[in-house]
Amino acid sequence: MHSTFLFLIAALPFLGALIPGVTIRAGRTVCAAFALAPTLLALVLLGLLAPSVLAGEVITARIEWLPALGLDASLMLDGLGLLFAGMILGVGALIIIYARFYLSGDDPVGRFYTYLLLFQGAMLGIVLSDNILLMLIFWELTSLSSFLLIGYWTHLPEGRQGARMALTVTGLGGLALLAGGLLLGDIAGSYELSVILTRGEEIRSSALYLPALLLILLGAFTKSAQFPFHFWLPHAMAAPTPVSAYLHSATMVKAGVFLLARLWPVLSGTPEWFYIVATTGLVTMVVGAVIALFKNDLKALLAYSTVSHLGLLTFLLGLGTPFAAVVAVFHIINHLTFKAALFMVAGIVDHETGTRDISRLGGLARLMPVTALIALVAALSMAGLPPFNGFISKEMTLDAAAHAAWQGNGWIIPALTTVAAVFSVAYSLRLFVHVFLGPVREDYPRRPHDPVPGMWAGPALLALLVVLIGLMPSALVGDLVAIAGGAVVKGALPYYSLKLWHGVNPALVLSVIAVIGGVILLWQHGPLLRAWAAARRPEAKAIFDATVAACVAGADRVTRALHGGAISTYLAWFAAFALVLGVLAWAGGAHVPGSRPPLPIPPTVAAGFVLLIVATLGVISVHRTRFLALIMIGVIGLTVSAGFVYLSAPDLALTQISVETVTTLLLLLALNFLPRHTPAESSPAQRLRDAGIAVCAGIGVAALAYAFLTRDFSSISEYHLANSKTGGGGTNVVNVILVDFRGYDTYGEIIVLGIAGLTIYALLMSLLSGAAGRRLRNWRDTTPRSRDRHPMMMVVATRVMMPIAIMVGVYLFLRGHNQPGGGFVAGLVVAIAFLMQYMASGFLWAQERQRIEYHALIGTGVVIAGAAGVGSWLAGRPFLTSSYGYFTIPPIEEFELATAMIFDLGVFLTVLGAVMLMLYSLSRMARVAGETINIEPMDVDPSRRAADGEKEES
Amino acid sequence: MITLALAFATGCFTLGLLLNLYRLVRGPRAADRILALDTMVINVIALIVLYGIWIDSQTFFEVSMLIAMVGFVSTVAYCRFILRGNIIE
Repeated sequence: MHSTFLFLIAALPFLGALIPGVTIRAGRTVCAAFALAPTLLALVLLGLLAPSVLAGEVITARIEWLPALGLDASLMLDGLGLLFAGMILGVGALIIIYARFYLSGDDPVGRFYTYLLLFQGAMLGIVLSDNILLMLIFWELTSLSSFLLIGYWTHLPEGRQGARMALTVTGLGGLALLAGGLLLGDIAGSYELSVILTRGEEIRSSALYLPALLLILLGAFTKSAQFPFHFWLPHAMAAPTPVSAYLHSATMVKAGVFLLARLWPVLSGTPEWFYIVATTGLVTMVVGAVIALFKNDLKALLAYSTVSHLGLLTFLLGLGTPFAAVVAVFHIINHLTFKAALFMVAGIVDHETGTRDISRLGGLARLMPVTALIALVAALSMAGLPPFNGFISKEMTLDAAAHAAWQGNGWIIPALTTVAAVFSVAYSLRLFVHVFLGPVREDYPRRPHDPVPGMWAGPALLALLVVLIGLMPSALVGDLVAIAGGAVVKGALPYYSLKLWHGVNPALVLSVIAVIGGVILLWQHGPLLRAWAAARRPEAKAIFDATVAACVAGADRVTRALHGGAISTYLAWFAAFALVLGVLAWAGGAHVPGSRPPLPIPPTVAAGFVLLIVATLGVISVHRTRFLALIMIGVIGLTVSAGFVYLSAPDLALTQISVETVTTLLLLLALNFLPRHTPAESSPAQRLRDAGIAVCAGIGVAALAYAFLTRDFSSISEYHLANSKTGGGGTNVVNVILVDFRGYDTYGEIIVLGIAGLTIYALLMSLLSGAAGRRLRNWRDTTPRSRDRHPMMMVVATRVMMPIAIMVGVYLFLRGHNQPGGGFVAGLVVAIAFLMQYMASGFLWAQERQRIEYHALIGTGVVIAGAAGVGSWLAGRPFLTSSYGYFTIPPIEEFELATAMIFDLGVFLTVLGAVMLMLYSLSRMARVAGETINIEPMDVDPSRRAADGEKEES
Repeated sequence: MITLALAFATGCFTLGLLLNLYRLVRGPRAADRILALDTMVINVIALIVLYGIWIDSQTFFEVSMLIAMVGFVSTVAYCRFILRGNIIE
């Protein structure tokens, strides 16, 4: 029961994400309600599980997914997970309501809720995953969905750039984390977090501890915007405010902190952990707080304040003491309440006044009393003043800091923490004083007033929590902090007490200093701001843009060097490399000549060799005259087909000859628009070098083939031969391999074929509408041409051929399972039959008689093949297991029906569609070049002339 | 008797193939080469039929039929290319 609930909680946001796109048609309110429903439902389910978790139980749920990779869909809900899941769902619900009123009717609201729920699901996945690989997948999902959310207002360049920057930085960290997670799993011998968490000793003493730690920290620090990766967070503020409130205060940026807390039992406690994590946190805390004071944009101020508080959390976890870890857990709750409230207040101010620029605001307390009250409570809590919850966690933080030493130095940590606290007080008070106090101004962009209750209800609830937690911390969150803290430290909880008054202690003294300092800073804010503006500072965005530009330029250089566009270069590299490998392998082992006696070579076969060799040499000698080369290649195709027949592979011969024909047609279509001759672009020395490589590689391949042919070796063929009839129900082993043994392979191949057809279509479509199309429209072919476009003899011949060809196609298809044939060949044969009509009577005439679109044909084929595969699930067997039976319908003889035939039908349709679509696309070019079309089947119609003649006579 | 006849016929068609090859390489015009290729297809069909008779198998007749059916399509396309440039108009 519990595990079902857990799966439901994880799945609900994803299921809910499908709905807003539909419900938005019923309006924003309905849409919001339908987005709220899954969130609330998940929250209720979480509430049902909460008592067990608070009682100390760890709820788990597991489905095997890819057990061979150690990847299971296993979920775990412990105290830490409960805390975060509650935050994600609770704030999520508030944000959904808030966004309903914040977004305007012009915004695509349905899309917003879809993204939001996707993000919610991904975030829940991170905190509920038991498998570290699964968690990494969700981690990447949060990066992607937050990219969509930050860039939600696609018309704003800042939004797009901010989204890109966030994705780059967090995506980079995600990759590092992936590597770190794999290392960690490798050390622990399992990817299950529940197992990893019990292997602390092994992990810390492993030689791979430091690399794994660095990689994991890179992931956590980028996500949680730690210095020096903090710069993306302020730029992500271009997102709509609900997104900022949700992602950038409560959830996503806390994912890094969550990761640190989750892995705290196994990774912390070493000097490396302390010096990297605590120092980074400390620096981030101070830097963020200082910058926040000088930001005039409300959201930027809040963003840097968030950076500072994330630094604080990182610092606490980095200290490595159980007490500090519990304080971190407590501060996560407190930061969530006041920061989410403040973000929403910033959104309200922006929404009501039309600006977030603090220098243009002031005096709003009289105009928006409710908002001002909420802001006051939240800001005082952020400043760490009693009796609010921020005060308690700040006192405990200062207490933890007062007992910490850095390199044996006992005052540096408390001093820096106090500096951060001073600035924290200053920017918190500034937020309230400069926005809400002072005289009412006349120049607000809009006339401000308190918003509708739906908009302030969320922040008001959070502000209420701020007060209540401040007044009665133990009663409200004591259990949660204890169980979540216990999950972090994995052992006995340290002594701590959640209360407002701890008596006069060093922490209180530091706190008083912070408040006095903060007030002085705010008093001197004007001169300080001018000094700050005059100072030279590194601009993160410029550095980031320059770095990205340098990376792109570097990648461009590498690409140009490796990928110059000349296929001869690629082939030269490829062949030379393979040659070197082959020579090394040959030199490394003892070579024994094969023992199998060669077969006699009949004169006809010898003639075949002559054909192949001469045609190959011919292709090389005339390759600059493209049309001649194509004819020469025809000889090679023909000889190879004949060789297949001779060597008892009629299937391959059929396929070879059909593919050969279709390819020739497509090449001819393209050749019409290409230069008749290939210009010589390489120097003679280059050509000589390439010839050397080619000859050596050819000799190597020939020697390899000869070595294999002169040996006896066993292959999988015997298995296929033995099981083809019993397992797949067909005697044509080639076909059974294609549709059964390796049906999954074939399925992938037909999809690729379909994609190739569609890609050719799409590429040519876009090419023709661009510069190439213009050039084509001005292209005039000056070669003298025959006047007879559609000769009667050819029209008649192809009409006669059509039914025969179709019949042969159907025949090949039907018997494919037991005799040479099958869907692929049948598709090609029918395609050739159609192509003949196109050639004989012209494009339009044939197209008018073509009722089914080729795109649809491809899609239908893939769907049918897929359905045939899925059908075997219904019988409780793996994908694409074929079954067959024998049936008798009088008066027909007994016949066999196999599900593989349905699959083969899909192959047939896809092949037909893809081939025809490629041809259709290529022949479109001619019409762009100004070629006329015809409606009549042939140019000279004797029956019409006879009729005309009669008319003239009469 | 049939063995002898088969051997003789096979030899003739093989010789024909080689002569076609000569024409294909020498040209001089593209039409000569196309014709040579088309004749080669015919010769190969004949060889496959003969081989089928030799080893007494039906499959080869079908293969030869299919080659006969699609083999001339390339020839038509080559010719259209020379005559009109575009093979589908």
